[in-house]
Amino acid sequence: MIGCFGRRYDMLDNIHFVLLVSRQGKVRLTKWYSPYAQKERSKVIRELSGVILNRGPKLCNFVEWRGYKVVYKRYASLYFCMCIDQEDNELEVLEIIHHYVEILDRYFGSVCELDLIFNFHKAYYILDELLIAGELQESSKKTVARIISAQDQLVEVAKEEASSISNIIAQATK
Amino acid sequence: MNPFSSGTRLRDMIRAIRACKTAAEERAVVRKECADIRALINEDDPHDRHRNLAKLMFIHMLGYPTHFGQMECLKLIASPGFPEKRIGYLGLMLLLDERQEVLMLVTNSLKQDLNHSNQYVVGLALCALGNICSAEMARDLAPEVERLIQFRDPNIRKKAALCSTRIVRKVPDLAENFVNAAASLLKEKHHGVLITGVQLCYELCLINDEALEYFRKKCTEGVIKTLRDITNSAYQPEYDVAGITDPFLHIRLLRLLRVIGQGDADASDLMTDILAQVATKTESNKNAGNAVLYECVETIMAIEDTSSLRVLAINILGRFLSNRDNNIRYVALNMLMKAITFDDQAVQRHRVTVLECVKDPDASIRKRALELVTLLVNENNVTQLTKELIDYLEISDEDFKEDLSAKICFIVEKFSPEKLWYIDQMLKVLCEAGKFVKDDVWHALIVVISNASELHGYTVRALYRAVLTYSEQETLVRVAVWCIGEYGDLLVNNVGMIGSEDPITVTESDAVDVIEDAITRHNSDSTTKAMALVALLKLSSRFPSISERIKDIIVKQKGSLLLEMQQRAIEYNSIVDRHKNIRSSLVERMPVLDEATFNVRRAGSFPASASTVAKPSVSLPNGFEKPAVAPLLDLLDLDSDDILAAPSSSGADYLQDLLGVDLGSSSSQFGATQAPKAGTDLLLDILSIGTPSPAQNSISSIDLLSTADVNSNPSNALDTLSSPVPPHTATTASTGMFDLLDGLSPSPSKEATNGPAYPSIVAYESSSLKIEFTFSKPPGNPQTTNVQATFINLSPNTFTDFIFQAAVPKFLQLHLDPASSNTLPVSGNGAITQNLSVTNSQHGKKSLVMRMRIGYKLNGKDVLEEGQVSNFPCGL
Repeated sequence: MIGCFGRRYDMLDNIHFVLLVSRQGKVRLTKWYSPYAQKERSKVIRELSGVILNRGPKLCNFVEWRGYKVVYKRYASLYFCMCIDQEDNELEVLEIIHHYVEILDRYFGSVCELDLIFNFHKAYYILDELLIAGELQESSKKTVARIISAQDQLVEVAKEEASSISNIIAQATK
Repeated sequence: MNPFSSGTRLRDMIRAIRACKTAAEERAVVRKECADIRALINEDDPHDRHRNLAKLMFIHMLGYPTHFGQMECLKLIASPGFPEKRIGYLGLMLLLDERQEVLMLVTNSLKQDLNHSNQYVVGLALCALGNICSAEMARDLAPEVERLIQFRDPNIRKKAALCSTRIVRKVPDLAENFVNAAASLLKEKHHGVLITGVQLCYELCLINDEALEYFRKKCTEGVIKTLRDITNSAYQPEYDVAGITDPFLHIRLLRLLRVIGQGDADASDLMTDILAQVATKTESNKNAGNAVLYECVETIMAIEDTSSLRVLAINILGRFLSNRDNNIRYVALNMLMKAITFDDQAVQRHRVTVLECVKDPDASIRKRALELVTLLVNENNVTQLTKELIDYLEISDEDFKEDLSAKICFIVEKFSPEKLWYIDQMLKVLCEAGKFVKDDVWHALIVVISNASELHGYTVRALYRAVLTYSEQETLVRVAVWCIGEYGDLLVNNVGMIGSEDPITVTESDAVDVIEDAITRHNSDSTTKAMALVALLKLSSRFPSISERIKDIIVKQKGSLLLEMQQRAIEYNSIVDRHKNIRSSLVERMPVLDEATFNVRRAGSFPASASTVAKPSVSLPNGFEKPAVAPLLDLLDLDSDDILAAPSSSGADYLQDLLGVDLGSSSSQFGATQAPKAGTDLLLDILSIGTPSPAQNSISSIDLLSTADVNSNPSNALDTLSSPVPPHTATTASTGMFDLLDGLSPSPSKEATNGPAYPSIVAYESSSLKIEFTFSKPPGNPQTTNVQATFINLSPNTFTDFIFQAAVPKFLQLHLDPASSNTLPVSGNGAITQNLSVTNSQHGKKSLVMRMRIGYKLNGKDVLEEGQVSNFPCGL
């Protein structure tokens, strides 16, 4: 079925997937909003990193791929890629990527690839506060930071409780 | 860290993996970790779950299988603590793909968490649902999500709104439930909620027309006001991006206005002012501003005609196009393609710039620009644009040549003002990018050349010149070989010079050199070699003085590894050697190829229209589908109709010699040795350029047979076909073959061309209707059965609007011809007949079976009857 702008309803997600790959082609984050089977995912990653990593530095940030567009931007050693439909606004997606990078930067304090490797789950948590169903949910970096820190806080509290309980148990069984 | 836990910490595992020097080392570490995790999963200790899942996610990201951890996600989600749920949901979204059965298990946990007292737990559940929910889950949980759109905390409201977009995408029927809630979100002040609310409204408008009508009526002004407020708002550091307040919100509001305005002049009118304001006031020196402008232009182009706005939009695109930033230029090219539909002139003004973009070093920009140029071409600028593109083809990257040459060919074919120009341009393309040109393109070129009789001499000389320089371009070589074979005499005698042409001196031997080069070159493919062989045969007649040399080249091909080549070489050698008297008439120039037929066929080769175009030839055994029956028949491109049409003519007995090969042993010999398909196509191509169809076949056969009256029209062919081939043809044929093949002993099996007769059956009988089937087999095609269905009305009244439908299982293919009528009079006053043809791919293993449905009107009332036919005679 074709929508008003030629978009198919079953693939209506704005962003089909998000991909972070290092310059060496190592995957640092993947998030799939449209259904891709596990095998298909690795194929997509292989294909795309081949195309994107080989593009020269001064070229535009868009690659046409399998009838979709992939918007990518390189920050230091990392390529941030988002796949969208032909009709979508590529320039906005560039802004979304930048938005995400800025939030990561604030959270980690000048983020680097190592942060995203050892705290990959945090990068996912932040992405989940930014995008749902491939759509942007928050345009304020401050709000995202606040919600993330509130949840981190909850985890800390739970951890402390757990460790105090285990201390009690440890002492009792000494 | 939990003091009771065993195994390594997440951080240690990541370090260990990073320390690996080789892929094998990494695999070993991961294997060990996975084994540990499996063991821990089996112990089912809740303390380790959290960490195990985190590790698994990392391993998953490296591309290793982690399905065994999926159930751990569910356990974590079901546990009470927030940290466990958080990682559990993350794992769920990451590790699960389309495994619906596991997803189904999580629905209940999601439902509980959506009602959880902690808003962050609710947020986790909404996020997971929004990212992975299936249609079933969407249905189950829609009421919860709908309720949460009105939740007190904005964080939940925005998540619920986006979750709803996913739900309505999955289950469009649910759209109307969300309309009111979505409309209420448009009044929000919180940007996050507003953005997601606008998104939800947009989604609903796309999915549901009533929702669109509702938003149009109730919300147009509100949306416009929100956009105005945000556009005019003072600096807000929280939302500011490069001087624009919340470009994301801008873009979504513009997008919503687009669906509202499209197709509604009043709504479009209302938004004119604000669109003009956004288009003129937005700063365009940063990406954020350009993103907003881009969306604004798109909206202006989509809504109802407001010509002043469109001028504004086109101007913005013009500015984009001259921007130094590649991204902006890319976007401009993209948008100009849409703009061309309503203002061709304005876009034409940018033609020169666009043409420059075709030569850009950036592949993405080149591709866009090429698409746009193709749209810009018209009768007036085609020569100039084509010249530019062809000039560029010479210097473009190898990997761009395929796209570029395809587009040039498309343009040239579509807008060519005259044949000479067309031929010139196509030759240039073949010279530069011959190896990328598709078959149908060079086939078309040959058809055009064949039709341009006054240009034959010019073309063959031009091709000769070209092929000397560009002999590595496969398709150029093929066209050249074909033309030299056909028009070799024109080449050497400078016949038919046209004004602009330089005379060249080509000896007969030079011409043969080109062909010899093509046939002996190691990287020529089989089609080219086969074409060269035919060309040689033709030249042997055109250039009698060097026919000995030609014969030598042909003889060498007896040793070819390709069976077809071998066989043809032997046959052609025999023709050159022993049948000089008829050779010249045998290899006369091809008659003009029928352009119209070719074009129809070319169009028909696209899958969508294939069946409709192929219909007329249905009663030819090989006209409908590629025959499995008589590969050699096709090789020589002689259809059975030719066999019958020919005997009266001069070369008749010789002709039968040639044909004897087909008739006598084709099916048995070649069926058994599995005649290579490529070979079939190869000679097919030589002779008829493409797949067989009746008209084309008869034409190409003339070529080889040169009999005067072979040009049988298709209907004639049908008649002759339906009557069995007289047995004596086969006999003479096989003796003829001995003659030709110098005593190679074939085993001429006299094939029964007329299949056994099958009894008619009553396929269906009810109180009012009787259906009878009679069967026949087309000769030489045991898989196909032609069924004639006769419908007899047993009721006292006439049936009108009579429709017969039939269905068959997958191993059968069914083709229905139109019925003789759709009105079925009372029995005795006539009957309807309808022809069906059924192809049984499991012939000999399974018998036919068919289900049918018959619909008609009896006294103005619709009647539907259904039945199954399983009493087909055996062996069909």
